[in-house]
Amino acid sequence: MTRAAKTPAHPLEDLVRMDRIPHIWCPGCGTGSVFTACLAAIKQTGLPTTRFAMVSGIGCSGRGAGYINIDSFHTTHGRAIPFASGIKMARPDLNVIVFSGDGDLFAIGGNHFIHAARRNMDITVICVNNLTYGMTGGQVAATTPHRAKSSTTAAGNPETPFNLPLLAHAAGATFIARWTMLHARDLADTIHEALGHRGFAFIEVLSPCPVNYGRRNREKSLETLQNYQNHTIVKNQAGLDELDVDFAKGVVLGKFVHKDRPTCDEMYRKMYWPKTEPEAVKKAV
Amino acid sequence: MKPKVLTGAHFINGDEACAEGAIAAGCTFFGGYPITPATEVAEHIALRLPQVGGTFIQMEDEIAAMTSILGAAWTGAKTMTATSGPGFSLMMETVGLAVVTETPCVVVNVQRAGPSTGLPTQGAQADMMQARWGSHGDYEIIAVAPASPQEMFDLTITAFNLAETFRTPVFIMSDEIVGHMSEKVIIPEASKIKTLARPKPAGSPKRFKPYRPGPDGVAPMPAIGDGYNVHVTGLTHDERGYPVMSVDTQKQMIGRLLGKIRNNLDRILITEAHRLEDAEVAIVSYGVSARTSYTAVEQARQMGIKAGLLRLITVWPFAEDQIRRLAGRVKGFVTVEINMGQISREVERCAGTTPAVAVGHAGGAIIPPEDVICAIEEVLR
Repeated sequence: MTRAAKTPAHPLEDLVRMDRIPHIWCPGCGTGSVFTACLAAIKQTGLPTTRFAMVSGIGCSGRGAGYINIDSFHTTHGRAIPFASGIKMARPDLNVIVFSGDGDLFAIGGNHFIHAARRNMDITVICVNNLTYGMTGGQVAATTPHRAKSSTTAAGNPETPFNLPLLAHAAGATFIARWTMLHARDLADTIHEALGHRGFAFIEVLSPCPVNYGRRNREKSLETLQNYQNHTIVKNQAGLDELDVDFAKGVVLGKFVHKDRPTCDEMYRKMYWPKTEPEAVKKAV
Repeated sequence: MKPKVLTGAHFINGDEACAEGAIAAGCTFFGGYPITPATEVAEHIALRLPQVGGTFIQMEDEIAAMTSILGAAWTGAKTMTATSGPGFSLMMETVGLAVVTETPCVVVNVQRAGPSTGLPTQGAQADMMQARWGSHGDYEIIAVAPASPQEMFDLTITAFNLAETFRTPVFIMSDEIVGHMSEKVIIPEASKIKTLARPKPAGSPKRFKPYRPGPDGVAPMPAIGDGYNVHVTGLTHDERGYPVMSVDTQKQMIGRLLGKIRNNLDRILITEAHRLEDAEVAIVSYGVSARTSYTAVEQARQMGIKAGLLRLITVWPFAEDQIRRLAGRVKGFVTVEINMGQISREVERCAGTTPAVAVGHAGGAIIPPEDVICAIEEVLR
């Protein structure tokens, strides 16, 4: 007698540590949708999971590494990128994905982001941007819109947020895109494309935090999604200075930069191991 | 490709000897950041690693340098970084991540006088307690203290072997004087150098639990891509590596992390007993200060005082039992170190009722043997 093969409950189930479900993300949180898009993109490559590693920092989206069923690393706050850089430089044949949040990547980890982009480190950085520090209860972030309220800016944010794609461009990233978590298919396709890109790929994903951002800014979960649907414009190759996140004016989505430049590991091998074959460093996809 | 082991006699400084020791031990990845007086470790290994198929990267700061060596270590590589006080401070959070994720790596601290920028070009031994307690939370750490360029070579190999055996960060607590001192360094034949590698898992990934320890308390460590799909986190975790926020899991995890060091002291502790057999005064010292102490032992004996030296080669974990045993038969302890009292506190703790005095200063120079002689006379008074 043969045992019937177990049918997975979900096509991405094999990429999830099912024994860790339920996850910690709140109702209305968008991180799960971004995570799903990331899994779909990995699946789409058709590569074995042993060719991937995921690294996260600290925060809500930083828990992503804990749910994916591949070699995955939940590191210290802000340090996902240098951890990933160590992996990449030691094993250039791996696809290294950084899955983390705006606070982690752009406040405490901002220095690492710009340097990895400058080096054109061949990693894919997915930033779940919920405009706040969700895990700690909704404090102001480097991405919180001007005048928006947070638990540490009761009268509104006096500061100006980063334009993340512009920052990534200035630092030297060679693949830059932005979607919202509502644009699930576009997002998965873009992550798939980014995995195939040789170089530093950055994807910003706007994602709601109804509990800690929406609540304070009189924005219901559904309204955030309506903003994502009705107040966004898809404009590939848009000028990078048009990319401020301001739903009153409309938020520009799409792929803004995609260019070739030698990667950090490639140049190291060419210049420092001149006699070594360009061996083994077969890129994914 | 050049050989990993440059067998022969060399006239090199301690920092360079350390880099050669790392290569000989099988280090293939170094993440660095320049800092006086440790820069020469990075410069030399940057030159040597590509010759042996390894990778050097200069990161944007010491936090990144330390973090990069953890990422690289999980690919299966032996990894190292080198720094001095200010950089050591920046690395401390990541040292905790290395401890709790049980990531083998070697961190060199060529100590200079602090706090803050201090005396960048002048030596001290004032980061010894930071090495022990610098990261938050409860943990055990291994630290060795080389006293010469030769030991910078030898103990770097020891440090890698301890890191790999016990899956822990290991500190090489050197200082500016030993780091910048040039002496004869003998590099043995490759076949004479014992190198150890971390335990690797065998068997099916399905039943594998990444933090289920072997008999010595150390769990086998897969590399990325081996198919074990490990999850590695700085959160308190169970044997599966999964975060569990409970008192019991914390107790179990910390207990094992402490136990794998505390229960293996015989494999970790290295000390040297010099003329202690008949000693009435025991000098306790390490690193460059031990060199001063050898002279002091001879001078004291010429004066008719039976002095001996316990040299701590492994400084952490602390050689408590040796000190306690000595306390039963000497009249006093003299701890010699370039700081205002760090390891001396440990000696006092273990000395019981036996008098113990500390010889030290705020840093910037070695300790003259005369100061040690004065302390010996004081402790016998």
